[in-house]
Amino acid sequence: MNAEMTVLLTAIFAACACSLVGTFLILRRMAMMSDAISHAILPGLVVAYFIANGPNLIVGTLGAAVAGVTTVFLVEALQRTGLVKSDAAIGIVFPALFAFGTFLVSRYFSQVHLDADAVLFGEIAFAPFDRLIVFGNDIGSQPLIVLAFLTIVNAALVLLFYKELKLATFDPGLAASLGLSPLIIHYGLMTAVSFTTVGAFAAVGAILVVALLIVPAATAYLLTDRLDMMIVLSLASGIASAVIGYYVAMAFDVSISGMMAVTGGVIFALAALFSPTHGIVARAIRRHRLRDQFAVDLLVLHLHHHRTASESPDHLARELNWSEGRLREVITRATRNGLVAMTDGRVALTNAGQQAAASHHLAIAHVAATAPPAHGPQAATIAD
Amino acid sequence: MPDLLHDVIFDYTLRNVALGSALLGIVGGVLGTFAVLRRQGLLGDALAHAALPGIVLAFMLTGSKASIVLMLGAAISGWLGTLLIIRIVQDTRLSEDAALGVILTVFFGLGVVLLTHVQHSNNANQAGLDQYLFGQAATLVEENVITMAALGSVALFLVALLFKEFKLLSFDPEFGASLGYPMRGLNVLLTSSIVIAVVIGLQTVGVVLMAAMLIAPAAAARQWTNRLGVMLALSGLFGASAGVAGAMISVTARRVPTGPMIILCITAIVVVSILFAPERGIVWDAIRRRRMRRAALARGPEVAA
Repeated sequence: MNAEMTVLLTAIFAACACSLVGTFLILRRMAMMSDAISHAILPGLVVAYFIANGPNLIVGTLGAAVAGVTTVFLVEALQRTGLVKSDAAIGIVFPALFAFGTFLVSRYFSQVHLDADAVLFGEIAFAPFDRLIVFGNDIGSQPLIVLAFLTIVNAALVLLFYKELKLATFDPGLAASLGLSPLIIHYGLMTAVSFTTVGAFAAVGAILVVALLIVPAATAYLLTDRLDMMIVLSLASGIASAVIGYYVAMAFDVSISGMMAVTGGVIFALAALFSPTHGIVARAIRRHRLRDQFAVDLLVLHLHHHRTASESPDHLARELNWSEGRLREVITRATRNGLVAMTDGRVALTNAGQQAAASHHLAIAHVAATAPPAHGPQAATIAD
Repeated sequence: MPDLLHDVIFDYTLRNVALGSALLGIVGGVLGTFAVLRRQGLLGDALAHAALPGIVLAFMLTGSKASIVLMLGAAISGWLGTLLIIRIVQDTRLSEDAALGVILTVFFGLGVVLLTHVQHSNNANQAGLDQYLFGQAATLVEENVITMAALGSVALFLVALLFKEFKLLSFDPEFGASLGYPMRGLNVLLTSSIVIAVVIGLQTVGVVLMAAMLIAPAAAARQWTNRLGVMLALSGLFGASAGVAGAMISVTARRVPTGPMIILCITAIVVVSILFAPERGIVWDAIRRRRMRRAALARGPEVAA
């Protein structure tokens, strides 16, 4: 396998391993916790380096994963004291651990190659040269093998515990009453996140691993309401970020992991703007359409209510508190729908309009009748 | 110790480092109080990361490394990041922490891309831009400290001037609005002041650790008082003490980075506060509980009946 292919595949597996667990981080509102975990891994790596007396894949991974889970524990312990709010707890714990890590590095390992850049944004370009040697045999690029392995493990975990994860994420109360310990699921997931972060850390660094965990999953969340679909879309957008990011970075000779994050951001922005269901544009259009529809209904109901044969536009504009232009707009739309008609410069309901108003076949009546209690006040103001 | 005191006053480098760290501690502590009370602590973290592309872009556009130029770039891109976070929370179904995470990492990624671009372009002048990642207090010169002092006084002046309004904004914005205060404008002013606090700290503690300089002093101060005025003063004091102590330790001990040392100092203050602060501290709480249990046991079972 050539070097270029190794880097690209490493990037893709990093994205896949991260997207799989990232989906649950987004759904469980733990995005910033993963940020904390990724920073806290540094002291774990350093201590492991100290214990193993050098770089050691297994000790290092375990050390870092323990540090990750410890972070979660510390944050939650701090929150439980009730003395510090949840976001402040995260903001106190991870800088402390990260500062401790950097302190250890500069104090005791300043001669070791563990420099700032590698910690923060990784060295995915070196992936082909970092070999995994087992019993003297070179079996391939270490980051690639580690990340491929993590992808398989995470996929297996998600498939195996799909039902449990789904239930615990969407209805923790029911999950608990069915005997699924929320604590086990929570810490199980956090352990998976920790291992994934350690694995991806060497390739993409402490902060950009968070980009791979969160951004594709957040993108997918804007595109679907189904969990299985969300995982698939999250994987797809993660892989797209990796591939596009890699080639753009190569073309402009810039950081590959940085470009992967930026590409992920662009895909996210596109989804946020143009998602057919939850996009900002689609929402605005829907809101606009609904407002127009309500205006037409209001006009029809008003005419029906007053039971006069017809009304003058001036009077209507005053009564409904609409500008002349707005009224004209609404009348045009209502005329097009066949609900009202203009005769001699006066507005009157058509037969269809009368029927619609009488039989409540209007959006207003519909909303007012079926609106859930949570939307009560809103529906009431509309119906009034 | 007298030698150290002598050096702080007369040694050029040491004086700048100590002054800069103290300034950062005060401003971060005071503005962080509002951030923490409004549950916006992590916004400071996102903002600090979002400032990175602004720093590099400011350098690319002007070719200057003057701190006022870089701080301006940092402030603009930090502001933009904050704005986007607010919009994402308002206009999409994502929760605040997802919005923070997305903006934080994407902006930071952009910063890294720009940084590597500058580094690969053989611009000899770029060396030192990456000190903004971890901060490098030892490189503070008088010009930096003066810029920090000027910007910091603006932020502190705003707090002094609008103390009552910011208090209202932090505790009961609806009530403030009903009294006719322009809460939106106040919000913009307060957030801008927090941006200033973050930007001031970037060169000293770096984008990664800046969040702690906002959150930790305020969280520690909160344990000692229920009054906002006292909390602000304590928080500024804690921040400044940690800044100076961290700077002193890193200068006197060998191979100890300043930024992380400052963070470790402020963390120690947090731990002590959470354990021992009167009324709220964990230790006092445990003692109180034990005493109550003992009293209840001594009173005997008739209490239950």
